[in-house]
Amino acid sequence: MSAYILRRLLAAIPVMAIVAVLVFLMLRLTPSDPAAIIAGDFANDQQIAEIRSKLGLDQPILTQFLIWIGNMFQGDFGESFFYKKQVAQLIVERVEPTISLSLLAIVLTVSIAVPLGTLAAYKQGSWIDRFVMGFSVIGFSVPVFVVGYLLIYLLAVKLDWFPVQGYQYLSDGFAGWLHRLILPSLTLSIVFVALIARMTRTSVLEVLHEDYIRTARAKGQSELKVLVRHALANAAVPILTVIGLTFATLIGGVVVTESVYTLPGLGLLTVDAVLARDYPTIQAVILLFSLAYVLVNLLVDVAYTLFDPRIRY
Amino acid sequence: MQDASDAASDLGPILELDGLTVALPKGGDRRNAIDSVSFGVGRGEIVCVVGESGSGKSVTAQAVMGLLPKGQLALTGGSIKLEGREIANISQPELRKLRGQRMSMIFQEPMTALNPVERVGEQIGEVLEIHTPLSAAERRQKVLDIMAAVHLPDPASMIDAFPHQLSGGQRQRVMIAAALVLDPVLLIADEPTTALDVTTQAQILKLIAEMQARRGTGVLFITHDFGVVAEIAHRVVVMQHGRVVEIGSRDEIITRPREPYTQMLIRSVPSLHPPDRKPNASTVALSTDKLCKTYASGGFLAGKRRVVKAAADVTIDVRRGETVGIVGESGSGKTTVARCIARLIQPTSGTIRIGDIDVATLPERRLRPHRKHVQIVFQDPYRSLNPRRTVGASIIEGPVNFGLSTDDAMRRAKDLMQLVGLQPDALDRFPHQFSGGQRQRIAIARALAMEPKLLIADEAVSALDVSVQAQVLALLDDVRVRFDLAVLFITHDLRVAAQICDRIAVMQNGVVVEAGPTMEIFASPKHPYTHALFAAAPGRGVRFGEGLKAVS
Repeated sequence: MSAYILRRLLAAIPVMAIVAVLVFLMLRLTPSDPAAIIAGDFANDQQIAEIRSKLGLDQPILTQFLIWIGNMFQGDFGESFFYKKQVAQLIVERVEPTISLSLLAIVLTVSIAVPLGTLAAYKQGSWIDRFVMGFSVIGFSVPVFVVGYLLIYLLAVKLDWFPVQGYQYLSDGFAGWLHRLILPSLTLSIVFVALIARMTRTSVLEVLHEDYIRTARAKGQSELKVLVRHALANAAVPILTVIGLTFATLIGGVVVTESVYTLPGLGLLTVDAVLARDYPTIQAVILLFSLAYVLVNLLVDVAYTLFDPRIRY
Repeated sequence: MQDASDAASDLGPILELDGLTVALPKGGDRRNAIDSVSFGVGRGEIVCVVGESGSGKSVTAQAVMGLLPKGQLALTGGSIKLEGREIANISQPELRKLRGQRMSMIFQEPMTALNPVERVGEQIGEVLEIHTPLSAAERRQKVLDIMAAVHLPDPASMIDAFPHQLSGGQRQRVMIAAALVLDPVLLIADEPTTALDVTTQAQILKLIAEMQARRGTGVLFITHDFGVVAEIAHRVVVMQHGRVVEIGSRDEIITRPREPYTQMLIRSVPSLHPPDRKPNASTVALSTDKLCKTYASGGFLAGKRRVVKAAADVTIDVRRGETVGIVGESGSGKTTVARCIARLIQPTSGTIRIGDIDVATLPERRLRPHRKHVQIVFQDPYRSLNPRRTVGASIIEGPVNFGLSTDDAMRRAKDLMQLVGLQPDALDRFPHQFSGGQRQRIAIARALAMEPKLLIADEAVSALDVSVQAQVLALLDDVRVRFDLAVLFITHDLRVAAQICDRIAVMQNGVVVEAGPTMEIFASPKHPYTHALFAAAPGRGVRFGEGLKAVS
């Protein structure tokens, strides 16, 4: 097991290296100049050139890349062009809303999608099954920002149940934190509920035909326990796989959701950084997201062993 | 056993079925899955329900347990009395109270009947959890007791094992433990030994007989295997097309059945006594020398490297017009040898001579012209034919690949269909339109279309009902003579081997432990493993239908 984890972590190094090269090159290849943006509309060429050399952008690309990589190995992620702060510090300040949003969204997703999908499988062909399938199609095809604004209009503006936007830090009280996060998390989780409910349905449906389900019934087990203890426990692995794979979608959703609800998290930071061509911030955030993706999928693979004793690494 | 049954019948039946009828969904090939089925099971009695596939024997069991598949089959008439109480129309919650407690069931596939992600102790304990107020510690103790009672080795450590860590026989013991932990009056066993090796089967049959004798359980034992019937039954119920054909004591049914259908079934049971066969002196079509196949797993950073010898130094030969059997249990390596010979897998070392050419090490490109010389008929005719192609397309595919024109190939396919006993105009139909026996005939026609020198039959009759099995065996023997074919017959079934093979090789753990003419091996086996294999063959002391010859 530990050998397996070590191997996977080693395999993550080339992945991260490729991401680093790609993000670095792509930023430099886009036709836009951060120095010009910082200098503002009324700056002359000389002022812009000065800013450019101060930022180190006048160096050859290879030199810039090596400096960036070298600094990262010393724990220095550079200084934000725009915020004039250390990127590392910036990320630490912005990470709480993003983690809160993602975790709550995943908790919501699992607690809605898994029971829904299981029920749909159990009542295959019934109205509830058709409802779940229909919801899945809609939930997956409507963009996150549309869902977001619809929910704001309904639950915040019309019904006034939730605030329209903003974030409250956990240190300022749990109730307020949760109250302000529910709407964004719900927005973010709809796509996942759609996807995972369908996956759960398929997976449970397959398992329901297995012999051990019949065995459980022959023991006199109740239908609920048959579903939870025998069907779901065996259907868990494919569901976990989808959760891991859709983590990339979650990151995309976080960026949009934070913009819609103006949550001061990494998503919003990314959008602002992109608009300001804030190279060091963009690079660091994207590297961080990729690392999170790699780690979440490693976590999922390790979690398999908890659900299925036949899987051993 | 006869005495036990007489004593038991005094105590009155614990299960009585009267006019039990289960409807099939509309559009089926008949109206009812089972129709007016009536029989009983006495206390301490083992009643075998025998029948071929589609006879309704499993549906009968499911109906008793109240486990008919929802929306497909429904009880439409008749009565089921368990210990005198009518249970045909009681509610699901009431049925659930009976299931696992008063009546329980074990199934065919111990590999799939246990939940793979739960410890076996918990799965046995689940019955106690559902039906008793026992504490976790008390449950664990009871589970340990019953595990010891079904002779599972080292219950204290096995209780926390997962199913995949157990052998097939051990898993079936776990199933039996779960079924009997609450001392039900009725145990329904649906083909409980069919998926097991013959030596394991013998042990499980012994266990079931031991447990029911000690506890006085009534057993409804469903099987298609008359050897098993001879081994375990007190009384026998014969079913066909959803109806009971005949009921009688074990000896009546096995030696002098009254009904023509039962007589036909009994006559189809292959005898364990091989007929006398002339030694064959034709040219050698296939010979292997020190054939080895090893599998290695593990290696770099992934734990210890393990090497498994699936086949070691296998040396066999098959002459033209001769059937040579490879007999062994699962994991013996018999299928590995067959696959190496057909070059579906690459042997690790050794030679395989087909005619004069050693094909063991030929690279794929140079092997291709020789592929047509070796053809295989597989076990499961439901999966070995492509469901999306007509049988004609499947039959001509090989010859056309080797340059025959479509018209010529079609003409040959028609002749072959006739030869295997099917209508030539059925060539444009699809596999699902044929029965299992017919599909196996098609598979044989497909193999013959290539005009092979060697035909490998890999458990080719194992999935077939006994009456169909006899017909397909006769067909295989017929094509062997007609085409002077060399046939390599892979089987686990000693009865089948006795009837069709000129010579046999017995394999165990990848090694041929004994080989020789079938007659000699059956008359005086020398290797201890061959002895054990024969001793385990169900119904070996019984002469099926011996009373019939006098009658007819």
